[in-house]
Amino acid sequence: MAGGRTTLAGGGVSPPAGDLAIELAGISKSFGPVQANKDIHLAVRRGTIHGIVGENGAGKSTLMSILYGFYQADAGEICIDGRPTAIPDSQAAIRAGIGMVHQHFMLVEPFTVLENVVLGAETGPLLRPSLGRARAELKRLEQEYELEVDPDAVVGELSVGLQQRVEILKALYRECDILILDEPTGVLTPAEADHLFRILRHLKAQGKTILLITHKLREIMAVTDEVSVMRRGEMVRTLATAETSPAELAELMVGRRVLLRVEKKPATPGPVLLAVEGLSLVDDKGVARLRDVSFELRAGEILGIAGVAGNGQSELLEVLAGIRPASGGNVQLNGQPLDLARSTNADDRRDARVAHVPEDRHRRGLVMPFAEWESSCLGYQREERFEGPALTLDRTAIRNLARKSIERFDIRPPSCDLKTANFSGGNQQKIVIARELERDPEVLLVGQPTRGVDIGAIEFIHNEIVALRDRGKAVLLVSVELDEIQALSDRIVVMFDGRISGTRVAGQTDERELGLLMAGVEPEQAA
Amino acid sequence: MNTSLPRWADLVLIPALNLALAFLVAGLVVVFIGEDPIEAVRILLVGSLGSSYGIGFTLYYATTFVFTGLSVAIAYHAGLFNIGSEGQAALGGIGATLVCLAVDWPVWWLALPFAILGAALFGGAWAFIPGYLQAKRGSHVVITTIMFNFIASALVVYLLVNVLKVPGSMAPETRNFPEGASLPFMHEILAVFGIKMSKTPMNLASILAVVAAFLTWVLIWRTRLGYEMRVFGHSEPAAVYAGINPVRITIVAMCLSGAMAGMMALNVVMGFQHRLVLDYVGGAGFVGIAVALMGRSHPVGVILAAILFGILYQGGAELAFEMPAISREMIVVIQALVILFTGALENLVRVPVQRAFLRLRQRSA
Repeated sequence: MAGGRTTLAGGGVSPPAGDLAIELAGISKSFGPVQANKDIHLAVRRGTIHGIVGENGAGKSTLMSILYGFYQADAGEICIDGRPTAIPDSQAAIRAGIGMVHQHFMLVEPFTVLENVVLGAETGPLLRPSLGRARAELKRLEQEYELEVDPDAVVGELSVGLQQRVEILKALYRECDILILDEPTGVLTPAEADHLFRILRHLKAQGKTILLITHKLREIMAVTDEVSVMRRGEMVRTLATAETSPAELAELMVGRRVLLRVEKKPATPGPVLLAVEGLSLVDDKGVARLRDVSFELRAGEILGIAGVAGNGQSELLEVLAGIRPASGGNVQLNGQPLDLARSTNADDRRDARVAHVPEDRHRRGLVMPFAEWESSCLGYQREERFEGPALTLDRTAIRNLARKSIERFDIRPPSCDLKTANFSGGNQQKIVIARELERDPEVLLVGQPTRGVDIGAIEFIHNEIVALRDRGKAVLLVSVELDEIQALSDRIVVMFDGRISGTRVAGQTDERELGLLMAGVEPEQAA
Repeated sequence: MNTSLPRWADLVLIPALNLALAFLVAGLVVVFIGEDPIEAVRILLVGSLGSSYGIGFTLYYATTFVFTGLSVAIAYHAGLFNIGSEGQAALGGIGATLVCLAVDWPVWWLALPFAILGAALFGGAWAFIPGYLQAKRGSHVVITTIMFNFIASALVVYLLVNVLKVPGSMAPETRNFPEGASLPFMHEILAVFGIKMSKTPMNLASILAVVAAFLTWVLIWRTRLGYEMRVFGHSEPAAVYAGINPVRITIVAMCLSGAMAGMMALNVVMGFQHRLVLDYVGGAGFVGIAVALMGRSHPVGVILAAILFGILYQGGAELAFEMPAISREMIVVIQALVILFTGALENLVRVPVQRAFLRLRQRSA
């Protein structure tokens, strides 16, 4: 066990901490019967970038929440700079010199950068003196750490990358020495992520300590000095990054060897099932979300739509699924034109045997407070086989089918009466996939199939998608995970700013090229 | 993270604790004005449940609250907060009255189906407008239903004073219904079976209320429409995904809710007063909100909560009569405390109970 040195709990004696910025000893935390953190020991050296990796639900976020004062540990001790420190709330964490950049930014969008930085750190009842001081301080920080942001820009109008910089500035303004970043690159383009890493290295050079939580091993390898691996609430190992490899880390994360590649035969594409031509969409605010999108999807192939989140992939999926009306263009399914004008066409699509695994299973794909069997017929509640007498639903038929799906897809726990919310992310996703695949669709639209899903379930879901393709069906896969797109797709379409910035055959391209296309740069130009 | 409570705690323990807390504070108020709280509780309970006379009144009030409570509950399952049961019930009164006065009904069971239709149609139509505005224009149903309460109130005054009033009469009320358009009283029904009961306003509508509660349960938990309403109530994106038209489901849910509120007229207008009088709803629509909240929008819960409020109404009236220091306004204060603790301050008890259960579970784990 790494960082295994223990400190005297509660005693006034400061142990010799050496150059440790953070030392956690025996941290445990449980939520009801679930033990999220089990006897965690962690030592983070000052002035390093320390990565924490683990699957979803490994306990990374809980651990960081304890460090930042959102949760109280049930047991264990936190030492900051060698001193035992109690962190009952985030104010205490800030006083202890800890700053946190959350996965979902905590910014007030209509406020300016300056106002956001000052928020919560005002020096008095009047704003003007605080703002004046902050402006000077911000200028200094920006120069010192190369974090250029216009202090008077409205945050809501900034790009995600810049918003993240504001979050970092907020932490620095509060004089943090330890910066925690929770999945910071999830929303960034590869270029923005690179820039973030440059900033992090710079902060490190200035003596700051950085804790980077991520599930992207590539980032860990690129930027960290040391890396700790968590698995099922336990700290498995801490390694020097230079002495490990992504394969070793992946193995430690899951506890067994997993296929990083999906086993699949070459595709045998058949006739065109879905033909999209000149599709466009302008949203309520007049912003063009889709611009002249055209592509063909053939039977027996998986077409991957790659892109940084927010470049039109979600809208494309929604238009095709009949959830959102398009502004122009046409789509033919098996030669029949689809009605793109109405917003409530989801039923027609199901009748046409187009199934849809939505990107957001929490709000769209499932109804969290429902029992599993109730969620298992969402969207298919009007099927004839579920019809009971007098406008009722045939609950027995629904439950029998739900039980069958639970068995076939190995959904755990195997109970169709359990509340949907009480299943893990991976099993929730299996509920959705089971429901959509049960109808043996001709076309499967699938968005972020493995977001928030543990590696074991990822493998299962990927295999199901490939199996569907091998049965001669067409799959349109939208994912922000480039690895997933590359592993599954037969062809890859990259979207940027609502239009298709490139189409590539999988296997004849690489991450660098795709990354450039995702950032809207023609690879030839960049070369 | 499993923080959910066992069902019994959610359905029984928490309401009971809330109620106990409400009575504790109400008791302090009674002490403060110099009366004996134990004696007050005794009068309240004996007055409401101590005789067939008291029980009849209690259940008569409870019947009204079942209808309005179910009305709020139905809308709530579709994620809509219908504050307008008051106005919808007022319109339902007009609908029922028009049916009862239109024909010289020979016997009540001929009039009843048409009166149900009239009450439901008028109540539902009054809810249709806010429902339509919410679905099509995004005008929030909470705001519009409140406004429609006022409009309904003004409309009823206008109709009673200018259209439906008996010519030459000073009272703003309709003429009496024909004999055949009045529901039988419960003491009459029970007399048929040889059971003696004091004369009270309790009437056949109480049985209709139980039927309505059962049908509401079927609607919400057994029918496809109820399923779609619940999907929409939990998550609009999920509803759109499931091919449910948000406009249609909003309007349908509001109409059903309004129709249920309108049927309150069966109890008060057709069952007891046998004519339409000014302000016959008398705040029952608002009590329905508390009843639905306390009853967790479940028909069984609604019936139990409605009986509780029936007890408070009937027992409260007795209390005001027996203890002069406790005025009618004091009764309203006590009722308000119950609403406050069971509705608005629900989490006051819920959070500590949840913690206690967590601790228990940890210890046993």
